[in-house]
Amino acid sequence: MSSAAAGAHRPHGEPAAEVPDPASDSGYPDPPDRVGFFTDTSVCIGCKACEVACKEWNALPADGFSLSGMSYDNTEALGASTWRHVAFVERQVPAAPADGAVDPGGRPLLGLTPVVPGGEADAGAGTDAGAGPAGSEIRWLMSSDVCKHCTHAACLDVCPTGALFRTEFGTVVVQDDICNGCGYCVPACPYGVIEQRPDDGRAFKCTMCYDRLGAGMEPACAKACPTESIQFGPLDELRAGAARRLDALHEAGVSEARLYGHDPEDGVGGDGAFFLLLDEPEVYGLPPDPRVPTRDLPRMWRHAAAAGLALLGAVGASAATAARRKGSA
Amino acid sequence: MVERADFESYYGRPIVKAPAWEATDIAGYFFLGGLAGAGSVLAAALQAGGAHRTAAALKVTSVGSVGLATAALIHDLGVPSRFTHMLRVVKPTSPMSVGSWLLAVYGPVAGAAAASAVTGRAPRAGAVATGGAAVLGPAVATYTAVLASDTAVPAWHGAHRELPYLFAGSALAAASGAALLLGPSAETGVARATAVLGALGETAADHAARRRLGPVAATLREGRAGGLMRSARVLTATGAALALLSGRSRAAGVGAGVALLAGSVCTRFGVFAAGIASARDPVHTVGPQRARLAADGASAAPD
Repeated sequence: MSSAAAGAHRPHGEPAAEVPDPASDSGYPDPPDRVGFFTDTSVCIGCKACEVACKEWNALPADGFSLSGMSYDNTEALGASTWRHVAFVERQVPAAPADGAVDPGGRPLLGLTPVVPGGEADAGAGTDAGAGPAGSEIRWLMSSDVCKHCTHAACLDVCPTGALFRTEFGTVVVQDDICNGCGYCVPACPYGVIEQRPDDGRAFKCTMCYDRLGAGMEPACAKACPTESIQFGPLDELRAGAARRLDALHEAGVSEARLYGHDPEDGVGGDGAFFLLLDEPEVYGLPPDPRVPTRDLPRMWRHAAAAGLALLGAVGASAATAARRKGSA
Repeated sequence: MVERADFESYYGRPIVKAPAWEATDIAGYFFLGGLAGAGSVLAAALQAGGAHRTAAALKVTSVGSVGLATAALIHDLGVPSRFTHMLRVVKPTSPMSVGSWLLAVYGPVAGAAAASAVTGRAPRAGAVATGGAAVLGPAVATYTAVLASDTAVPAWHGAHRELPYLFAGSALAAASGAALLLGPSAETGVARATAVLGALGETAADHAARRRLGPVAATLREGRAGGLMRSARVLTATGAALALLSGRSRAAGVGAGVALLAGSVCTRFGVFAAGIASARDPVHTVGPQRARLAADGASAAPD
């Protein structure tokens, strides 16, 4: 069963499962509340204010001007200099009976524009939609992706220098004066978030605006989001709010809504930044069942030890056989 | 490719990021580390059996390999002075931290063993260093498999049970090749046997890894990785066959040595390339995870 389905089956009003406390686990004696992001993609309008605010506040280098051909997404992916990435998914779906009329949980659900083949709405983005079957429409999903600040963070586990560390807020941050550019965190991340900058080799990713958190402020992306698609706060409160939002959407007939990364039982112990999605995770470029690779590390070491012993045994047996032959010769 | 049919992705973009490591640096390091580590084990066994010339040659090979390997690692950092950060902490959860400390201990020990063997000085200390290098050698040869598989790279993590045996076999074949190439014909008895055992171990582990990986094993068959893995198979088999003949023919020994070393290089570069290919295609990230979810769903009691 997928984590999304598990979320969908949670009864109304049941409190979210207890939030893991990675800051205490990392040795902070009395840490503040673990904070995080809840990104509710059902109200994302694709304005990219989060991307811009993140770039501005964190003084991230520009990505250059290139057109990807991926809808309005010319950012393409999270990376060393892109710590918020707005995904745009366009696809043809059967026309919904009611569109954009519901107002669940006191939040407006922004409507999806139906494409009328040959009509005015077909002039631009709807060219391929026009060829589609009658009674279909373009569904346009937008979602602002970010570092998940995992409870069990692979990047942090594998970092050989201690450059990556757990903050008192339960987030995961790289210290750029310690990072030595080994690049191990890059393939370790099950979400493909962290990346090295090609010019100097060091790795960079979202800090959840560690500097702003320390000053009691919310991260720049959440501050800039005009629709509260990006919500920041104590993780337990966000999870409770997300559960209510999910119930409201399901009651309103948005059965495809599901939470992603909210479950402390998942393969990374739950994410510090979790999402409400309107389709399968992989449609947004997210792994459907991410696991921290280090959870298999004890087994890997056991096999490496066994392989090492087999090597010793093979050489020992060969030497013993050769010695016996020499002795008998 | 059954899974491709109903597979969805975000514009075909990768989900996990492939490492930015240079193949020559890191796959080269996997090979050199294996050659050094297994060479130390073989050198100790040969020395115990009186094959002193081959043992000395392998000790020099080991220290040279581990030196080159360390240079490759430092080169891959971009800024060499940052290497010292590697020894800032001891971190058991990081195979790279464990490996850095392992190299920091193994390198000087292997160096002492080689220095004593070449100069003939301090034979007792040299024997202790030879033994120490032989104890650390298997770890140097196999930990790189853990380094690769402790990632989200589908072809590496998916084969995390088999990769250490594949690397150990490849390392033993390479070290045996070096012994056949560098040692006198009279001293090839042990290396002939270990060449065959290494080749067999590598082949068996490769077979098991492909079975485990299922559809992801395509990354070991296709493209650059496929070519390298096929070359590795031919070279290693040829090397093992020639090794069996090398007792009578010096030329066969040289040929076996070259083939086994080249086979080991191809194996490491092939595994490396397969990992990169598996990270770049989202089907290899989504496919196994979807299969896992389906299996979990099937085993769980239905609602």
